[in-house]
Amino acid sequence: MNWLKQLFTRRRRYDELSESIREHLEEKIADLMDDGMTREEAEQAARRKFGNVTRIEERSREVWQWPTVESIVADLRFALRQLCKSPGFTATVVLTLALCIGANAVVFSLLNGLVLRPLNVPDGQNLYQVQVGKGHSPGMSYPDYIDLRDRNRSFDGLIAYEISTAGLDTDGNPSPVWLNTASGNYFDVLGVRPYLGRFFHSTDENGPNSAPYIVLSYAFWQSHFQSDTGVVGRTVRVNKFAYTILGVAPPGFRGTESFYTPAIWAPLVNQQQIEGSSNLDKRGSQGRWVIGRLKAGVTPAQAVEDLNSIGKSLAKEYPKEDEGISFSLARPGLAGDMLGGPVHAFIAGLMLLAGLILLAACANLGSLFSARAADRSREIALRLALGSTRGRILRQLLTEAVLLSLIGGAMGVAGSVVLLRWLSAWQPIPDMPINVTVHPDARTYIVSLLLALASGLLFGIVPVRQVLKADPYQGIKAGATELADGRRRITLRDVLLAAQIAVCAVLVTSSLVAIRGMERSLKSNFGFIPQNVMQVNANLNMAGYSGDQLPVMQKGILDAVKRIPGVTVAAYANRIPLNLGWSQNAVFLDSTTDYRMANKAAGAIEYDVSPGYFEAAATLLLRGRAFTWNDSKDVPRVAVVNQEFARKLFGSEEKAIGSFFKIGGGARVQVVGLVEDGKYGTLSEDPKPAMFLPILQSPSNAMWLLVRSNLSSQEVGPSLERTLHALDPGLPFTINTWERELGTALFAVRAASMALGVLGGLGAMLALTGIFGVAAYSVSNRLRELGIRIALGARRREVLRAALGRVFRLLAAGSMVGLLLGIAATKLLSFIVYQATPRDPLVLAGVVLAMLLLGLLATWIPAQRALSIDPLILLREE
Amino acid sequence: MKKKRPEYRDLFPGALELMILKSLSWRPMHGYALAQRLTDISEDYLQIEEGSLYPALQRMLKAGWLETEMGLSARNRPVRIFKVTEAGRKHLEQELASVEKMFAGVTRVLALAGQ
Repeated sequence: MNWLKQLFTRRRRYDELSESIREHLEEKIADLMDDGMTREEAEQAARRKFGNVTRIEERSREVWQWPTVESIVADLRFALRQLCKSPGFTATVVLTLALCIGANAVVFSLLNGLVLRPLNVPDGQNLYQVQVGKGHSPGMSYPDYIDLRDRNRSFDGLIAYEISTAGLDTDGNPSPVWLNTASGNYFDVLGVRPYLGRFFHSTDENGPNSAPYIVLSYAFWQSHFQSDTGVVGRTVRVNKFAYTILGVAPPGFRGTESFYTPAIWAPLVNQQQIEGSSNLDKRGSQGRWVIGRLKAGVTPAQAVEDLNSIGKSLAKEYPKEDEGISFSLARPGLAGDMLGGPVHAFIAGLMLLAGLILLAACANLGSLFSARAADRSREIALRLALGSTRGRILRQLLTEAVLLSLIGGAMGVAGSVVLLRWLSAWQPIPDMPINVTVHPDARTYIVSLLLALASGLLFGIVPVRQVLKADPYQGIKAGATELADGRRRITLRDVLLAAQIAVCAVLVTSSLVAIRGMERSLKSNFGFIPQNVMQVNANLNMAGYSGDQLPVMQKGILDAVKRIPGVTVAAYANRIPLNLGWSQNAVFLDSTTDYRMANKAAGAIEYDVSPGYFEAAATLLLRGRAFTWNDSKDVPRVAVVNQEFARKLFGSEEKAIGSFFKIGGGARVQVVGLVEDGKYGTLSEDPKPAMFLPILQSPSNAMWLLVRSNLSSQEVGPSLERTLHALDPGLPFTINTWERELGTALFAVRAASMALGVLGGLGAMLALTGIFGVAAYSVSNRLRELGIRIALGARRREVLRAALGRVFRLLAAGSMVGLLLGIAATKLLSFIVYQATPRDPLVLAGVVLAMLLLGLLATWIPAQRALSIDPLILLREE
Repeated sequence: MKKKRPEYRDLFPGALELMILKSLSWRPMHGYALAQRLTDISEDYLQIEEGSLYPALQRMLKAGWLETEMGLSARNRPVRIFKVTEAGRKHLEQELASVEKMFAGVTRVLALAGQ
C-alpha cells in the first residue's frame, strides 16, 4: 500500500518542496541585501544563482512521480492538442475506426448471441441437443425419446419439446399463438423457477390429454394479461378446450431456441388437443426436439456412446423404425446442426470478413500515420536534436494512435448498440415470433475495447521504423523531406496497401456472388408462381373442428372463396412450399414388403392438396391428370409426383404414370400425374422428390388456402377476410400475399446479401481512401522529380506512369489475390446462397470492373495534381 | 530513462549525495545553509546552481536517508531542516568505505601507471 500512501502524501511533498525553495531564496535575498544590494538586485542575483526555479521544482517533483503514468498523462494531453490541430486527419481516423470497430462489435454480438452464449438457464453450458442419425436431424419420435430418457446413464434429465401453434381464447376472441409443447420434466431439467404460480411437472403427465395446463411467458403475460397477478388458476380455451393457467415464466427465460420465443408452454402429452392429432404413440413419427442436461463428470463423448448403445438395443427391438439409429450431441439453441451448421459457418465467415476489414482499416491508418510522421519529420528531428529519445517520440506517436482508436472504438460501439437494439427487436418473418436477441453484453464491450487497443497499436506501430531511422541533422537541414527510403523496391506500405486491396476484392467478390445468387434464386423456377396469389392460413383445429367435419368445412370455405369477385382459381393444401418446415416421408418401391427405414426408395416431401391446387399455384402439369373431387377416401389412393420423384423411383418420367409405389405402412399408391420440380424447403436445395396426395384421401386440419385473382391484394384481402369471418367468427386465420410469405424462405439469403453488401461497401470505402492516401503521398513526395520530368518534355502518359504506376501495379496484384481468396471464400456462402459460384463471368467481370473503378476514383485527384505540376514554380522554389 | 543531469559534473555518480549526507550528518541544515556550506567547504571548486541540490534532496528523502522537520534559520525564520536518518547514516558509512577503497585503488594505479 506504499504507493497509495505516496499518492496522498505527494501533494504535501510538493507543497513542502515549493516552500523549501521559497525559504531558500528568501534567506539568500536577505543575505544579499545585507551585503548592500537593493531588494530588486538581490532577488535577481538569488534567482540567477539558484537556477530555473520552475524547472528545478519540476525535476524535484519527478522524483516522487511514477514516471510512466504521469508522463502518459502528459503524452495524452499533447496528443489531444496535436489531434485538435489537424481535425481532418482526426475525423478520418475516428470515422474509419468507428465504422470498422462498430461492424466488428455487431458481428461479434451476433456470434455471442447465437453461438457463444449458453442458454439463459442455470448451468446452461451442460445442456446438449440430442440429434438423430447421420443427418444430425433434431427430430426424434416420442417412444424413442421415452426409451432414451429412462435408459440413459449420462444425463440428469432429457426433455422433449416441439414448436407448434394453437388457437388461444382468453376473452372470446381466439387468436393463434406460438407455443412449445414440452415434456413434463421440461422446466425441472432446465432448472427454471416460476415467476408466478407453478410450472407443470412429470407427475402431471398421466396419458393423452391428461394435463390441461399452460404456462405463460413473461412477455405474453405482460402484453395479454397486463401483468395481472391474478391470472394463476384462471381458465382459458386452447382450441376450444379448457386449460388452466399454472404460472408465469421468469422474464429472462425465452425457451431453448435462440431464434424462437414461445408465448406459452403446454404439456406434450396434450398434443392431440393442441395440434389436432397425436403421433406420440408412433415410433416412426419424428419431430420432438430433445435436450439433455449432462451429468457432472460425464463427457459428451461418453454420453454419445451411452446413447448409441441404447440405440443398438432399440434397433434390435424395433427393427422396422429404428434400424441403424444413431445419436449425436450438438449445442442447443439452433435446432442442433440443422440450423447451427450453416449459422456457425456464416457467422464465422462474417467475423472473418469483419476482422479483415478492421485489418484493412489498420493498414490504411498505418499509411496515414506514416505519412503524418513524414510530414512531421521536421518536428521529430527537432525533438531528437533537443535531446528527446526515440523511445519517447515513439511513445508519443503510439499514444496518439491509441487515443484515436479508443475514441473511434467508443463511437463504433455506441453505433453498434443502436443497431443491435434494432436487430434484437426485429421480427423478420411475419406472424411468427422468430427473432434473435443480440443485445451487446460485457463480452462485446471487452472485445471491442481489445480490438480498438490492438488496432491502435497496430497502425501506430507502422511509422516506427521510419522514426527510428530518422537522422535529426538531415531532417533539419533538408526540411520536410521524406524520412523513409523511397528507393527500396517494396516498402511495408506497399504490402499494406496490396493487402487492403485484396481484402476489399474478397468482399466485393463475395457480395457480388451473394447478390448474383439471390438474383438467381429469385429468377429460378420455384415450381410455382407466387405473384397474384393471396394465401390464407387457417387452422380448423383451433376452432374446434375435427374428424369428418374437417373436409366439409374446408370445402365450404373453398366454395365461398371461389365466389368472391375477381378470384380466378382457389385451392388449399395442408402446407405450401417454401414455408417454414416441410414434411418428408419415406416411400417404398411397389415390390418392397418389409417397410423398415433402411429399405425406403426415397424420402419424399409430401403435400396434401385439394383439386385445383396445381392451377392455383401455377405448377406445370407435365403428364397425366391432376386431382378431382372424386379422388376421395372411397377410391384407390393416387398421387401426383414431381420429376425428381419419377426419376428416383421409376428410372424415368415416362414410366411414372400408372406405376405404383408404397407409403409408410405399405399403402399402395398409383401415380396419376407428373408435375415440374420445384423448391420446397429452401431456395438453395438440390432437386428433391416430392409427392402430392389428394387431401380427401389424407385429411388435415392445417389449411393453407391459395387464392389467385386478377385483382390487387388490397382489393381481394378485405373481401377474403369478410368471407371467412362470415363462415365462422371463431376461426383464427392470417392473410398474406404469397410473395410476402416467401420472405421467410428468402430471409437467409437476404440477410447474407445485406451483411455482405454492407461489409463490401465498407471494404470498398476503405480501399478507396487507402489507395487515395498512398497515391496522394506518392505524388506529393515526387513533385520535384515529376516537375523535372515535365520540364524535360515527358508526356502526360509518362508522367502518370511515373507517378501512379506503382499504385496501379499494387491494385492489380491486390485485386488478383483478393479475387482468388474470394473464390475460395464463396465455398462458405454456398450453404445459404443458391448456387453460389464465383465461376460466373458476370461476377468475375464485376469484380475487375469494381476494382478498376475504385482505382480510377481513388487516383483521380492525385493524377490531376501530378499532371498540373508547373515545373517553373517548382524549380523556382529550389 | 535515468539520464545523467548535466548540472552535476560530479567526480563520480553519487558524489553529490555523499557530500550532502556528510554535511547534514555534521549538522541538520535547511537548503540555503546546505548550499552555502557545500560552496564554502569546496572553496568554489564545485560550481553548481544552488537549485540543483533540490532534486538530489528529494531523491534522498524518497530513499529514506533524510527527513525534514521545522526549525529556525540563522535569521530566526521558520524553515524546513533536512536531517540524516538512521538509514542515511548507514548508507553514508557504506559509501564512504567504498569510496575510500576506490580512491586507494585509483591512487595506486596512478602512481604505478607511469613507471
